[in-house]
Amino acid sequence: MRRTVFPHKLLPWLLVAPQLAITLIFFYWPAGQAFRQSMLKEDPFGLSSTFVGFANFRRVLSDPNYLNSLQVTVIFSALVAFFAMAIALFLAVQAEKIVRGKGFYRTMMIWPYAVAPAIAGMLWLFMFNPSFGTLARPLRAMGINWNPLLNSDHAMILIVAAATWKQISYNFLFFVAGLQAIPRSLLEAAAIDGASRRHSFWTITFPLLAPTTFFLLVVNTVYALFDTFGIIHAVTGGGPGKATETLVYKVYNDGFVNLIMGDSAAQSVILMVIVIALTAFQFRFIERRVHYG
Amino acid sequence: MAEASDSPLNAPPATRMLAHFWMILGVIVVAFPIYYVFIASTHATQTILRPPLPLIPGPEAGSNYSEAFSGGVSRIGGVSLWRLLANTTIVALGIALGKIAISMASAYAIVFFRFPLRMVCFWLIFITLMLPVEVRIQPTYKVMVDLGLIDTYPGLILPLIASATATLLFRQFFMTIPDELLEAARVDGAGPWRFFRDILWPLSLTNVAAIFVIQFIYGWTQYLWPLLVTNSNEMNTIVIALKKMISFADADTPWNLVMVTSVLAILPPILVVVLMQRWFVKGLVETEK
Repeated sequence: MRRTVFPHKLLPWLLVAPQLAITLIFFYWPAGQAFRQSMLKEDPFGLSSTFVGFANFRRVLSDPNYLNSLQVTVIFSALVAFFAMAIALFLAVQAEKIVRGKGFYRTMMIWPYAVAPAIAGMLWLFMFNPSFGTLARPLRAMGINWNPLLNSDHAMILIVAAATWKQISYNFLFFVAGLQAIPRSLLEAAAIDGASRRHSFWTITFPLLAPTTFFLLVVNTVYALFDTFGIIHAVTGGGPGKATETLVYKVYNDGFVNLIMGDSAAQSVILMVIVIALTAFQFRFIERRVHYG
Repeated sequence: MAEASDSPLNAPPATRMLAHFWMILGVIVVAFPIYYVFIASTHATQTILRPPLPLIPGPEAGSNYSEAFSGGVSRIGGVSLWRLLANTTIVALGIALGKIAISMASAYAIVFFRFPLRMVCFWLIFITLMLPVEVRIQPTYKVMVDLGLIDTYPGLILPLIASATATLLFRQFFMTIPDELLEAARVDGAGPWRFFRDILWPLSLTNVAAIFVIQFIYGWTQYLWPLLVTNSNEMNTIVIALKKMISFADADTPWNLVMVTSVLAILPPILVVVLMQRWFVKGLVETEK
């Protein structure tokens, strides 16, 4: 607690006012509206609405399309989080072994961080475009009837690849920092005792990286849930069929394309609950600095 | 590297070579999509549509880029490349600078003053961490319509500048400033403004630079929000314009110009990240943890 402060009474209010105003107008008011709307049923012309309690939630949660998009989201997020973290960790471990040239590799690795998700999606679609993508040709030559625009598995693979590619940079930076924070004396002691590098990685380094890994797990899940909207919108549009329609994509689709407000609002509220749960999870575990050392 | 040459942790040369091999492979995978679109932007449309694309820059670089800037992009997207770059720059700078300004001000108030409801203000801001724009798009959109902010720069910028992350970071940093510094400043008769300008601001520069980079990238790469609040082509950001060009593609689409637009959508944020790497990496790793 700070002992010395300025005595002014009005000034601090003026200083927090801009952020409070924007927060109230663009966060709390819309969030409140989402809650209100999620309990209302609008007539098709939007002229009147009636209170329906949790009916919208019940309908959304029993809608096969919603359950499908929930499943798509879980598969997509798990794949993206796993591959983005595994590849980044592998590369960070390699970078640790290198004495000269670390800086160069880091500079080259951070590029995708600056690429918009939608553009990342377009780049991958361009490389793997079934008609003129250079990298689609070898796939076809191998006898795979590659077509992400028609085949749902191919569509999923393509958006997972693009989303993973974009997130590797971020994870790499955190794993490099995490590896550097591991006390070298521990690793040296293990090496002197004759532990192999592989053995000391799994018994010392990996457990000590747990705080970084948990943090990244939450960040990557949030990324896969929300920030990948651009990739999906630009590459598959949720298709083919509904094979790549994630929860956020469905909120957008129902709210802005199909104009089913009550359902879209109920979905927004469910998403808020998911984010709040994830954030709480993050604070509970990260703040305690999980590791099993 | 400060480590002793006889440390048992130094990888043997063979392991080190293997590590280089994996890193080079990693860099190729990471950089290839960007390199590939750059290569495509230097070829004619016919070459782009007839795979495989050569792996070296083609002869059309000059003509593609000059055509794109001198009206070629306007013919496909209905808006000039200059305008798109200007829009995106305004949005990215507006979000980065706006966030820094309002979050520094509120963190300053919360840390260096005592006022009623101080912790309520803090929690009101803190909770917004849990409400990304994606979960409240429809009602936020309605607020924008009611306020007449569709197709305006404030409409593109304002909803994105109130985030708790920057405020939390500045609060955390301000709390590390020793009490003695503030006491000394007050003994010397410094008010809140002079203390901020002469002492706090110079100490905060590294943090400001880090947040600037992170938020500039965040602003430049926005997608869902600009997609919703811009109807007119004139107000599009470059990412949205690119998506529109691709969706309405047909046999006549000049792919060479689309590729030029992609390169220009990617390049500015990459330059910012690479040139400000030192602050960016430090800021990212230290602030988000």
